Amino acid sequence: MEFVMAIVIGILFMAAVYLILSRSLLKVILGTGLLSHGAHLLILTMGGLGGTSPPVLADGVTDYADPLPQALILTAIVISFGVTAVILVLAYRAYAVHKTDNMNLLKGNDEHD
Amino acid sequence: MKTNDVILQTTTKVVFFIIFLFSIHIFFAGHYTPGGGFVGGLLTTGALVLLLLAFDLKTVKQALPFNFTIVTGIGLLLALGTASASLVFNVPFFTHAFDDFTLPLFGVTSLHTAMLFDAGVYLVVVGAAITIIQSIGGDA
Amino acid sequence: MEFVYLIFLPMLVALIIPLLFKKLNGVHTGWFVLFVPVVLFIYYAGFARSIMDGGHAVSELQWIPSLGISFVSYLDGLSLLFTLLITGIGALVVLYSIFYLDKSREKLHHFYVYLLLFMSAMLGVVQSDNVISLYLFWELTSISSFLLIGYWNTRDRSRFGALKSMMITVFGGLMMLGGFVLLGIMGDSFSIRELIANSASFIGHEYFTLALILILLGAFTKSAQFPFYIWLPDAMEAPTPVSAYLHSATMVKAGLYLVARFTPIFAVSEVWVWLVTGIGLLTLFWGSFFAVKQIDLKAILAFSTVSQLGLIMSLLGAGAIAFHSDDALFKFATFAAIFHLINHATFKGSLFMIAGIVDHETGTRDIRKLGGLMSIMPVSFTVAFIGSMSMAGLPPFNGFLSKEMFLQSMLAIQHFELFNFATWGMLFPIVAWIASVFTFIYSFYFVFKTFAGKRKKEPLPNTPHEAPFGMLISPVILAALVVGIFFIPNVIGKWFVKPAVMAIQPALYNHPSDVAVHVAAWHGFASTELWMTIAIVGVGAILYLTLAKWQKLYDIQPQSLSLNALYDATMLFGERGMNQLSRFYMTGLIRTYLLYMFAFIIALTTATLFIKEAFVVDMDSFSALNAYGLMTAVILIIAVCMVVLAKTRLAAIIALGAVGYSVALFFVIFKAPDLALTQLVIETVSVALFLLAFKHLPALRNHGQTKRNKIANLIIAAGIGVTVTLVALSAHSQKLLPSISHYYKETVATEAGGGNIVNVILVDYRGFDTLFEIAVLAIAGIGVLGMIRLRLARKERADENK
Repeated sequence: MEFVMAIVIGILFMAAVYLILSRSLLKVILGTGLLSHGAHLLILTMGGLGGTSPPVLADGVTDYADPLPQALILTAIVISFGVTAVILVLAYRAYAVHKTDNMNLLKGNDEHD
Repeated sequence: MKTNDVILQTTTKVVFFIIFLFSIHIFFAGHYTPGGGFVGGLLTTGALVLLLLAFDLKTVKQALPFNFTIVTGIGLLLALGTASASLVFNVPFFTHAFDDFTLPLFGVTSLHTAMLFDAGVYLVVVGAAITIIQSIGGDA
Repeated sequence: MEFVYLIFLPMLVALIIPLLFKKLNGVHTGWFVLFVPVVLFIYYAGFARSIMDGGHAVSELQWIPSLGISFVSYLDGLSLLFTLLITGIGALVVLYSIFYLDKSREKLHHFYVYLLLFMSAMLGVVQSDNVISLYLFWELTSISSFLLIGYWNTRDRSRFGALKSMMITVFGGLMMLGGFVLLGIMGDSFSIRELIANSASFIGHEYFTLALILILLGAFTKSAQFPFYIWLPDAMEAPTPVSAYLHSATMVKAGLYLVARFTPIFAVSEVWVWLVTGIGLLTLFWGSFFAVKQIDLKAILAFSTVSQLGLIMSLLGAGAIAFHSDDALFKFATFAAIFHLINHATFKGSLFMIAGIVDHETGTRDIRKLGGLMSIMPVSFTVAFIGSMSMAGLPPFNGFLSKEMFLQSMLAIQHFELFNFATWGMLFPIVAWIASVFTFIYSFYFVFKTFAGKRKKEPLPNTPHEAPFGMLISPVILAALVVGIFFIPNVIGKWFVKPAVMAIQPALYNHPSDVAVHVAAWHGFASTELWMTIAIVGVGAILYLTLAKWQKLYDIQPQSLSLNALYDATMLFGERGMNQLSRFYMTGLIRTYLLYMFAFIIALTTATLFIKEAFVVDMDSFSALNAYGLMTAVILIIAVCMVVLAKTRLAAIIALGAVGYSVALFFVIFKAPDLALTQLVIETVSVALFLLAFKHLPALRNHGQTKRNKIANLIIAAGIGVTVTLVALSAHSQKLLPSISHYYKETVATEAGGGNIVNVILVDYRGFDTLFEIAVLAIAGIGVLGMIRLRLARKERADENK
């Protein structure tokens, strides 16, 4: 299963990077969203997908899934929500002020050096 | 824009409380079964978002007259306070304490300072998420 | 008392100076500052008796014990002498500045803060026993000097001078740090005393010469030795009290201190003796030669300072020979160096103050416009005369004594047999003599062109008059010392010079009184140096009288071939070159930068994977394929494709939601209920967020992206995808360290009293992470609020303005 997951993660990262490199601001935001999904799955896969039961204490169960990556991912999910919200607002504010979402036009000019 | 969706609004009134109560349950259960401050907080946020969608921003603000930035602040203080309270007892920062107590009505209950910390997390999540959504929604 | 804290006393006082300036603006802030150096001087003077007796005092304050870095105040003869110079001259300079700087016009709170900062830093430099804290204070002197030179920051010249001094001295400081680190590696200690104790083992070490040269670079840049002296003339843009204090009496002597302090370690080296003596002598000559060319009073003094510093440096170099030869003459050189250092501080300090007075009272420092001030400013003239004659090396002033000793030491070098000195030794007294002639000329030039002769027809900017009484106190005290020291040189020698000499050459003496030097003004007609002095006076007088005829010869050297021009060209080239270089790859487009980053990530990661043979796939460790998992994977991939290919905003947002929900499904399949719950809810809230912001969002547009562009993006994207896949596989297949999860599983019930391990990790084991995480979330919330609210507030204000 890890092999399949590794490929899925690869595709997520590839799509994310492709979108981030594009010229449309909205696509960049979509890309970062995909990137965080990819990262979460990557952490999960790196820890191993084994374990027959969730990491919650129960009688007679010894084969728990690894809890540490889960804790890390839980933190990451919430943070990525915050990040998405901030860049979303940032992006549409930039769009409203500069009247464009073309990344090529959104670069600073020489006066700001 | 005026929405006048009676079915949605009526259902929401019921469903909101179901989700809200569930979120409280999941928050308290978090230490032993899946759940906790993050999920609880997010579920509450979800319930509030549902309210926002069914009614409008103004109505929800009147119904729930909290300043959610202050909720965020209270949450942070609660979390930091719980973490630093251990210093008063001369144990390292972030040392939690727990024990079983017999309470009326609940019977034997395990009380844990981690729960207070989790409550801080809950409040921050609700506060921050609603602040974000209200800001965006209120931006004309 | 732990006197190490006293180093920081000026800094602490500096904290309240702005307050005093603001609240008590009726009183000149300088009066409050004055008590700091006075108190310190009196306190440190109390050490003189025990140190004269060969003792020393140590006080330590731990800073970073794990790295062996601490503040150690180590007082021996050398550091006490410098400490007394810093506090003593400091007190006089502050007193002088009270009358020099107008309290209503100048930013005194800036000035005195910088000055006190400097005082702390300088005390730290001369007292530190730990080389790392020495370096720290050393750079702090550079910084405070930068601030003081640029004090009149509206002037171009001030800013230029400040930057130049900073560039050169900080460069030297960094080199010196390198030297210190090498020393630390060799001696396994950062303590100077321990390094000196172990110095015998350094000889022949591969780093020895490198450390030597690096430390000398630090000393030479700070003490304005050739070819680094160019910053000192430009530093004269500083207010005159600063020039008198930093750029003649104390800071520029830090380099000399450093050379003296490290002499016991490096003196065994031939390179050290040659470099210190040679560069010192060259600087002496160069400075004195070009001083005569200058027309600005302070520039003359600046070049003369350069030259005098060279003199002391060469004496220190000659003194190092004492480690190779038993000849008493070389022991003598170190004594002469320290003695002249004291003398120079007295006469040059007074001369700078006089230059400041002339500038203050006449409005110009241009020597061509000045003349005939003798009758108007008799006191200033007397002080200037005493200072200049001492500088020229004439009796009955202290400069005469140390100048004689200098000539004597240089004559002695030709008898030294080691290191090829026998061949080249003849040059030393000759160069020294020529330099002395020029010293004589510029001393006369300085005092007589200003004060003697006739008044110039062209009126001066201000009507000249004698300086106010308060301004004259400090120069008069210094001038009195100049004369006084001539008559009691051996008292000074016993109290200050000999303990310092012992600190420089600890192995040679057991007690300061073992330094067998007796200073005498008269050595009899048989002494060569007497005849050399007479020749200096004779030739110097002739050249001075004919100065007008040959001063033009200086113009032969074109400006473009000077060291200053070299500095300017280097700076300009550096600035332009760097600008061009960065413009070449800094396009200002985020895409370009991201391309660089992603390309590097791909290259570095895959290279590491294959070079380190880290790419291992262990098929056995994989868990069994899961039908639900496969189905979810397919759904997820389809959703991802939809996000990329979507033509409308709405489709893209919905597809992104689909990706999120499939990820939640994965969490369910892989036994992560907490994650699944969180992901589900957060995806819902996120989609709501996107939809709320929908009306503000731009439409999906291509913005004319070319096919080539797209293909490049695709290649990089595919590279990242492959890299991440490889990393995921190999990270899963090999575990270098056992997972900490077992510990969590075993202790979750007993230690943390919980059942849900994930949640317990969040709130207990790794509670710190969570605390910071919610802080970040709160910041995100406030950030969003700010971005929207602030703009609304601005909009309302704009409406009001209409």
